[in-house]
Amino acid sequence: MIESPIERRTIHLVLIGASFVALYPLVSIVLLALNPPGERVSGFTIPSSVSFENFATAWERGGFGQALLSSLIVATSVVVASVVCSILSGYAFATLRFPLKNGLFIILLAGLMLPYEALIIPLFFGFRDLGLIDSWWALILPQIGFSVSFGTFWMRTAFESQQGSIVEAATIDGATSWDVLWRVLVPIIKPATLSLSALLFLFAWNDFLLALVLVPQNESAQTAPLALSFFAGQRRNADPAVIAAAALIVAIPVLVMYVLLQRRFTQGMTAGAEKG
Amino acid sequence: MSRPTGKPSLPSDSVSVPGARRPSRFGRRTLRGPQPVAFLYLLPAFAFFTAFALVPLVQTFILSLHEWNGITDRTFIGLDNYASVFTDAKIREALQHSLVLIFFYAVLPISLALLIVGLMVRVRVRGQAWFRAVLFVPTILPLTVVAVAWRWIYAPDGPLNRGLDLIGLDAVSRAWLGDFTFALPSLGLVGTWVTFGLVFVLFVAGVQKIPNDLYEAAKIDGANPFREFLAVTLPALRGEITVALVVTITAALRNFDVVFVTTRGGPGTSTEVPSVFIYRSVFQTREVGLGAAIGVVLMIELLLVNVAVLWYRRRGEDVS
Repeated sequence: MIESPIERRTIHLVLIGASFVALYPLVSIVLLALNPPGERVSGFTIPSSVSFENFATAWERGGFGQALLSSLIVATSVVVASVVCSILSGYAFATLRFPLKNGLFIILLAGLMLPYEALIIPLFFGFRDLGLIDSWWALILPQIGFSVSFGTFWMRTAFESQQGSIVEAATIDGATSWDVLWRVLVPIIKPATLSLSALLFLFAWNDFLLALVLVPQNESAQTAPLALSFFAGQRRNADPAVIAAAALIVAIPVLVMYVLLQRRFTQGMTAGAEKG
Repeated sequence: MSRPTGKPSLPSDSVSVPGARRPSRFGRRTLRGPQPVAFLYLLPAFAFFTAFALVPLVQTFILSLHEWNGITDRTFIGLDNYASVFTDAKIREALQHSLVLIFFYAVLPISLALLIVGLMVRVRVRGQAWFRAVLFVPTILPLTVVAVAWRWIYAPDGPLNRGLDLIGLDAVSRAWLGDFTFALPSLGLVGTWVTFGLVFVLFVAGVQKIPNDLYEAAKIDGANPFREFLAVTLPALRGEITVALVVTITAALRNFDVVFVTTRGGPGTSTEVPSVFIYRSVFQTREVGLGAAIGVVLMIELLLVNVAVLWYRRRGEDVS
């Protein structure tokens, strides 16, 4: 293909410009947070000396140690339970024969379209009646319920991409469906399982509305995004540099995960969107 | 971005057994019958799904037909809440705002990404993987963090106003999120920033599947870049565009986090959106039934979007 040098230059400039726009908001709060405390900051201030004081202040006043721990516990529980449920159901839909298969699959898939904004009202009153408001349970259980639709669909696709002959060979050897699943298939589909786990972890970590509604008062159960929103909403923390530091504390785990598993995220989310 | 939503796949493709050598119907049925053990495998997923998605769904419907303050007994009032949804000026305004947000969350990023990808197919881009990774960053950040970052950018003494001052446009600078006219478009652009990366990565992946001969053929036919885009790139990306539409429109309609952390619907009612109303109906206004009705309307909107896109895609498959 003959390329025009002008087009080449244009597209590279456009992409560099777009990258700058994509990163700038993050960079701007990094610069803001690194200012020495009390510094009058505005606009493009580049810190005269780098200070981590704002991070220390945010960490202490916002209770982010506890909040990160809550987020970790909630997200991990959601991922483990959802992935196990999805492996089991995805396997059934991909390899077993049973009545009502299509109907059940469609019902579960309809969950992909369900906005949970519409479900939080009954969830709030339901958990209130059970006395579970302000507990981790109120965050973990519904998120498993919302994740199994996507998870089942994901795992079913992964199982279907495997050769049926492997399953048949194992079955002829007298293996039960349970053995085939855990001894033969699960080891092969590890990459798909890992991608699903990474995505579900991200969704659970970033969730805000559920936490806002279901753990409104108990500080020790609040997740990191919720702690951030409370922290950013209090007038006495009006120092934007401290709030910026708080936001970075909440974002850093996600960013680290993204750097380590970048391909899994980009491929997973686009594949997920396409499959979904 | 929040949890993915999308269209259910067609029922016909859910019956296949992987690698099955399509034996005759008789052969299969006598060889191996139904496997009731399957229901045990389905049990955990369906238990969670029923308890925390299906049951609340039904409850939302029931609540939407009642007047309830969350404490005392509720009263059945039929469809009155729905009448309020469509007559109450504030709620109507919120629904209209979500239409404005569709422009910023869906139309704008998809157009931009198409433009860029249309240029990219014509040259060999260096560092493509790097650009993809960088442009995707906004998509993975917690929206609460996104909101805090943009609140700073739009702040009266934030980077945007300082930038405008620098280039001599101090007359334009303002408290963007405190301005009745500009607050909603300003939040809309945050949405554009968030969804662009996902749309872009989706389209880049789609373009890579287009066989090179198609472009060569277009060149030989003497197509200019614009025609080439219309004749080759755009039709080939049809599937990716529909996917992008579903995901981004869904994000626009469900938008809660960014509004809640930045403006809480203000100034006045200029950035009110349906999901903020739902939240308030439980914790502030105590009109639980009305909140539930807004939830049902939101659900129906999303259903319509999904059905429309599904229909569009099916039609496309029939044509090609």
